[in-house]
Amino acid sequence: MAKVTVSKKACTVNPLKMSQPIGGILAFLGIANCMPILHGSQGCTAFGLVLFVRHFREAIPLQTTAMNEVTTIMGGMDNIEQALVNIYKRAKPEIIGLCTTGLTETRGEDIHGDLKLIRRRNPELADLPIVFVNTPDFKDAFQDGWARTVTRIIEELVEKSTETICGQVNLLPGSHLTAADIEEIVETISAFGLTPIVLPDLSTSLDGHIPEQFSPTTIGGITVDEIRSMGSSLATIAVGQQMESAALELEMRSGVSYTVFDRLTGLDANDRFLMYLSGLSGRPVPLKYRRQRSQLVDAMLDGHFFFGGKKVAIGAEPDLLWALGSLLTEMGCEISAAVTTTHSPLLEKMPCEEILIGDLEDLEMRAKGSDLLITHSHGRQASERLGIPLFRAGLPSFDRLGANHKLSVGYKGTRDLIFQIGNVFLEHTHEGTPHSWPLPEEQQNEPTAQAQTV
Amino acid sequence: MAGLNIKVQEVFNEPGCDKNQAKDEKERKKGCTKQLVPGAAAGGCAFDGAKIALQPIADVAHIVHGPIACEGNGWDNRGSKSSGPLLYRTGFTTDVSENDIVFGGEKRLYKAIREVIEKYDPPAVFVYQTCVTALIGDEIEAVCKAAKAKFGKPIIPINVPGFVGSKNLGNKLAGEALLDYVIGTEEPETTTPYDINIIGEYNLAGEMWQIKPLLDHLGIRVLACISGDARYHEVASSHRAKAAMMVCSKAMINVARKMEERYGIPFFEGSFYGISDTSDALRQIATLLVQRGAPEELLARTEILIRREEARAWERLNSYRKRFEGKRVLLITGGVKSWSVVSALQEVGLEIAGTSVKKSTDEDKERVKELVSEDVHVFDDLPPREMYKMLKEAKADIMLSGGRSQFVALKARMPWLDINQERHHAYAGYEGMVTLVDEIDKALYNPIWEQVRKTAPWDSDVHPLSFEGRK
Repeated sequence: MAKVTVSKKACTVNPLKMSQPIGGILAFLGIANCMPILHGSQGCTAFGLVLFVRHFREAIPLQTTAMNEVTTIMGGMDNIEQALVNIYKRAKPEIIGLCTTGLTETRGEDIHGDLKLIRRRNPELADLPIVFVNTPDFKDAFQDGWARTVTRIIEELVEKSTETICGQVNLLPGSHLTAADIEEIVETISAFGLTPIVLPDLSTSLDGHIPEQFSPTTIGGITVDEIRSMGSSLATIAVGQQMESAALELEMRSGVSYTVFDRLTGLDANDRFLMYLSGLSGRPVPLKYRRQRSQLVDAMLDGHFFFGGKKVAIGAEPDLLWALGSLLTEMGCEISAAVTTTHSPLLEKMPCEEILIGDLEDLEMRAKGSDLLITHSHGRQASERLGIPLFRAGLPSFDRLGANHKLSVGYKGTRDLIFQIGNVFLEHTHEGTPHSWPLPEEQQNEPTAQAQTV
Repeated sequence: MAGLNIKVQEVFNEPGCDKNQAKDEKERKKGCTKQLVPGAAAGGCAFDGAKIALQPIADVAHIVHGPIACEGNGWDNRGSKSSGPLLYRTGFTTDVSENDIVFGGEKRLYKAIREVIEKYDPPAVFVYQTCVTALIGDEIEAVCKAAKAKFGKPIIPINVPGFVGSKNLGNKLAGEALLDYVIGTEEPETTTPYDINIIGEYNLAGEMWQIKPLLDHLGIRVLACISGDARYHEVASSHRAKAAMMVCSKAMINVARKMEERYGIPFFEGSFYGISDTSDALRQIATLLVQRGAPEELLARTEILIRREEARAWERLNSYRKRFEGKRVLLITGGVKSWSVVSALQEVGLEIAGTSVKKSTDEDKERVKELVSEDVHVFDDLPPREMYKMLKEAKADIMLSGGRSQFVALKARMPWLDINQERHHAYAGYEGMVTLVDEIDKALYNPIWEQVRKTAPWDSDVHPLSFEGRK
């Protein structure tokens, strides 16, 4: 329904988009005992690190191959080798993830070949899983890097299998889901007697908890062995359109069939999800979810007064935009502006007139006259200038606590999201004053008076 | 790139830097940035450093010429405050695409400059080079020159691609750009015998505003702060100052020294962190101004102000002394501020359990060693694992560091305070010292520590009370 346009500006102003490599890095952060590396200059790593530290309020294991101008031109194999050997020695990770950057992609490197040689030269690395991903900064966006990395992890690690582990289900969450979201989906799947394994699992690595001792690597996440066993699962559930290619890769490798849920925010979306789980497990929908559904319906009834007719401007990556935009439209809002970062088959289906692949300046210009602005923390300046309240959604959220514990999936999450956004509308209700409803005559008083004197 | 290499060599060969002067010819050529170890490196790149140094100029449009990572992943994340224009907080980037990589990004950059001027009409545009655009050979100097001719505004190339080196080198190269293209290009409306420049101060969390009232009281005018809360015009006309203070150790020594060389502006190196350092700085400013012709009575007025403000600060600080007795601080900074903060903390009776001098010059290291007692650890580099161990074993009661190591302390369930550029509190001058001490006190004495350090009841050895059910 929506027309997708791409901004023609030469200068991006107030970026909405973040780069592909750090999307890839975030995916690696959902694997246990992992050390991700950015193959680029030290700044590439420093910027990504600071971004994640401020969003998650957690230590972020992330290293760099520390390329300089000479090694960039001569080729980065030596730097990759040194980085791998150093990290292996110091941090003893169970897996290393390597994302390239714009810098190393501009020259173009045969990392596949390099890694083969490096392993041969350093026997201690022979059995260490090392997954590399091509993620040039100058192409695509954050969620693409995440999805691409998950696909590469599957390619490298998932073993072909003819056996099925009874009840095991793969869950591939998109980069737009929080730890709380993943936890909720896992709990729901488990309620049907199934055992989900999550790739990547930020709900156990970046959920903010206190590890027993210091760890230079990730402090939670899916284990390498669990990833290997994904080929023996009963089925794959992908949440977010971005995860379809990874799910497809898994199906082609191991024959585990997949289902994509493009969102799990909203009543209909969750009805489909629960019916799917019921069918997969052969069990009825547990009482708990019947009750939660009823609560969501009640929340929709209570909330719709405040949503109806409201104009909302959203800036978010495609999957998050789809989830939020769809829910808001279902609640009676109008999407007055939608800006996103990258292409997705969902964009054309969005319930609004136009979707722009652009920046926050574009969103700010289109948001004039809207009732609500939804985007990540960088929307704060636009919100102030426009005098429109900002509801923070997506990464980064550096000026609020608990970003990774915000729940917006499932009946429960949808219910809470309706309450949260509804409360913003309530807080900003325009109340009438004696001058709110002037008669048309009063406005035309002056011209009429003039007309009489002439 | 050849021009850039010469620039880098020139910055490395800094006559104002004692460390550099102590080296022989060959060592000097190698430069002062340590070779980074892949897989074991931390810290920002030269571009990052240049941005930190220049972005505080508030009315300028700062355009980053590169792929989205360089600006998109980190914009609007500095604590540098402005009292007026907010354009510096707007993120501008050419966000180069694959097409630009193949065909060159110069045209896009030129168009970007035009768009920014048409939409935002800034007094000047700063264009930052990044690794990728440097690698494909985009000549930002040429683009800036053409744009300047076309639009009649200063368009300043900041040629600091990240891969040339560290943040500190980036600071210096940013200073070179100011010297080459900005300083001395405009004239101030008026001058007074009380005009000074403050170099290397970024007004983080508004720290300049803790100093300015003191200077205002003495009738001293900050002609230009380079670069906190600065305007382009102020920096461009800063060559008419009578004296300068260089803060932040060696980050912008080249600017201070070259301004002395070119315009005869004497400078001193000082700090606004700590009571005695603040007083010293005020004294030195007054002395330099008097040497340059300001009336001598300024010295006496400065002493009166110092006496009054020190007394006022100590009155408030003394109440903390007792609470800080025996409390030990682990101080991890980028290094540039080590010695000034060390002396400041000791003034209020805190003990230094250890401090890092990474990135500090030898001179700074010596100063730190002079300040602390012999049993204090002075680390060149303290890996997170060691930091954690020190805290876990309670060898320190609180850690002061940058945001990156925050969670090392918190996960060890130890108090922590942010003293780096993302911090939210201003710690400069007499007022700042009171704030810093109050923040340390709040962190140390927050009631959470007792609860969060308890083991969960089911993990402790103490037997739970037996529950007697219904009989």
